[in-house]
Amino acid sequence: MSSETITHGHAVQATAHAHDEHGHDHHHEESFLTKYIFSTDHKMIGKQFLITGMIWAIIGGLFSVLFRLQLGYPEMSFPFLEDLFGKWAAGGRITNEFYYALVTMHGTILVFFVLTAGLSGTFANILIPLQIGARDMASGFLNMLSYWFFFLASVVMFASLFIQTGPASGGWTIYPPLSALGQASEGSKLGMDFWLISMALFIVSSLLGGLNYISTILNLRTKGMSMTRMPLTIWAIFFTAVLGVLSFPVLLSGAVLLLFDRNLGTSFYLSEIVVKGEILPNEGGSAILFQHLFWFLGHPEVYIILLPAMGMVSEILSVNSRKPIFGYLAMVGSLFAICILAFLVWAHHMFVTGLNPFLGAFFVLLTLLIAVPSAIKVFNWLTTIWRGNIRFTPGMLFAIGFVSLFISGGLTGIFLGNSTLDIHLHDTYFVVAHFHIVMGVASFFGMFAGVYHWFPKMYGRYLNTTMAYIHFWVTFVGAYLIFWPMHYQGLAGMPRRYSDFSNWQSFNQFADMNRFISTVAMVVFAVQLLFVFNFFYSIFKGRKVKSQNPWGANTLEWTTPINPGHGNWPGDIPEVHRWAYDYGKDGREFIPQTEPVGANESAH
Amino acid sequence: MNEQRKKIHPHKFTLWVAIGSILMMFAGLTSAYIVKRNQASWMMLEIPVIFWYSTFTILTSSATVQLALQKLKQREMIAYRRWLVITAVLGVLFLVLQIAGFMKFGELDIRLIGAGSNASYSFLLAISGLHGLHVLGGVIALVVIALRALSTTNRNYSTIPLEIAATYWHFVDILWIYLFIFFNWMK
Repeated sequence: MSSETITHGHAVQATAHAHDEHGHDHHHEESFLTKYIFSTDHKMIGKQFLITGMIWAIIGGLFSVLFRLQLGYPEMSFPFLEDLFGKWAAGGRITNEFYYALVTMHGTILVFFVLTAGLSGTFANILIPLQIGARDMASGFLNMLSYWFFFLASVVMFASLFIQTGPASGGWTIYPPLSALGQASEGSKLGMDFWLISMALFIVSSLLGGLNYISTILNLRTKGMSMTRMPLTIWAIFFTAVLGVLSFPVLLSGAVLLLFDRNLGTSFYLSEIVVKGEILPNEGGSAILFQHLFWFLGHPEVYIILLPAMGMVSEILSVNSRKPIFGYLAMVGSLFAICILAFLVWAHHMFVTGLNPFLGAFFVLLTLLIAVPSAIKVFNWLTTIWRGNIRFTPGMLFAIGFVSLFISGGLTGIFLGNSTLDIHLHDTYFVVAHFHIVMGVASFFGMFAGVYHWFPKMYGRYLNTTMAYIHFWVTFVGAYLIFWPMHYQGLAGMPRRYSDFSNWQSFNQFADMNRFISTVAMVVFAVQLLFVFNFFYSIFKGRKVKSQNPWGANTLEWTTPINPGHGNWPGDIPEVHRWAYDYGKDGREFIPQTEPVGANESAH
Repeated sequence: MNEQRKKIHPHKFTLWVAIGSILMMFAGLTSAYIVKRNQASWMMLEIPVIFWYSTFTILTSSATVQLALQKLKQREMIAYRRWLVITAVLGVLFLVLQIAGFMKFGELDIRLIGAGSNASYSFLLAISGLHGLHVLGGVIALVVIALRALSTTNRNYSTIPLEIAATYWHFVDILWIYLFIFFNWMK
């Protein structure tokens, strides 16, 4: 016990000098290039992922503003669009090709580049070593490669936006035969090859990252940090990495076969097709095969996006309610259950492909089973904040917002999981509303919660709270105003992926609603720019963090100096004696994990 | 730190997870093959005899990499280097034989790609080709280790890099045996 107290005490006293000490130790090794560009420090790599993800989020968000402009004001002409995009917005109106390109890129960018790389890449890197008590990842080099493969994937995808025939535009799910045949659409020409190459690089990045996260969590935990003492963030990131490592290779195999079909004239997915009067030689292929391979990744991907957000929200809710997390083992168990079920439900995306209804029944059952672990998690979040001593920090608000959105979006999942209801709802705005709320906005809220909560650890400064509150309330209210009406449109049968409903008798009654949604979307996008401003402003000018543990949290990252150097702890790595959630125990507000269990105290 | 010695080396562990990941890719591909097999216009695969030679080559190389590892552990550096180089050469030979095998289809007038190709043979090319890329990765790793072993300035007797490379090498070997059996008996 005594040695640990000394270590801990040393860390506290040394805080002021830690940065200088670190400078003496390592300064000669770190040039600008090795510190900021080719860094192997997990904290810097995490920041690289975050900032790259933010740039992508602005691009992807801007695309949604552009196509919402078309959907909200289909009859209006915006000359500035033609100035900006030339032939893609001839006459100031977004052309059909441009519209398809925008929705495809919006989906691809947000699903993969922002909510996969930007979310789990950022927080896995920053939090794993800090919260389990490790100097760095198992392999800093692989970790650096992981970022640079992501960067390469980004460059290729970004370049595809500037191709003469445009980027991929067959939807983010790139179903063949459309995506396999260049003659079928402009967006299936060179842009599609760029998409596939970029995604292959992205998959490599994601696998290198995932391997590292798994082996770091399993092998490099500090003394005393048993698996059941890990914070839930780490458990969530662990299951996320497992999902990624097992499902991304399957997408890669699907993509490789698609590349063959596109460029080598094979017939994996193509069969008896006539395009523009030309009879193609392909025979014997199966387009459904691609959907199976795609959704075997595609469904776990949903949880790859959502689980890190769940983990961070669990942690932030507990810290800011000053209460232990309710049902820790149930939380871990439900993460595990979600992880298993994620691999067994992919065909619920394919109910209307002619799937055998008998087989479909099993997928319905397994899909609805996900409601059980999800409900356990929601129950535990609510019971965690129940009668808590809640501090409404921006991170906490976003965490509560996450729970709200997860409930709202999760409930519509029960509708869609039924194969019979899906016949009506498939490919309507109901689906768009469902996955945007439960996966898109909810995960964004988890990400924002994480950024607000761990920004002091990342940069040694706070984000501006006034801007944060504006950001939260406008985004939260805006998210519901945007997506709630879409359920209504979807139930009425309004299909997704159409650029103009004004000449469609059944749906032109929704013109006002579309205009309303588009207007709110623009306001919400503007507020995200406020967040971006707040982020970069606060890196340099934010209020400085004065105390080592500003939130009064138990986890290990708050035992490091305010600006930890490479290696995280100046002295020994602290030893862990208890779980991460001893809040409000024995009359004490919080007991850090490093504190030994007292003689009269019940061990957890 | 003491506690960590008992555990598996993190890099080795990382390799095992990576093997799981690679397995998922080939599981995806071979299950796609099974799905396709049950559909219309499927041609039965005829595997040329040359693929038996390549199978034998990669099997042998698994034995030689094990010998190299054994010699390294016994610090018999000359024998170690010899077996290491032999393994890398056998790896290259395997790849050459695989490519020769695919050339053979051209002689038999069976199309692997392009118009008139059948998905069964395209699968053979795609799956074996991806396997070949993984073997190539292993060859590169062996060459890097061999260059380090031959370097006169760098004296490193750590067995970890070779142990990891050997595990990977056995894995691509077993993976090929699986694929070979799969292609031969899953027609």
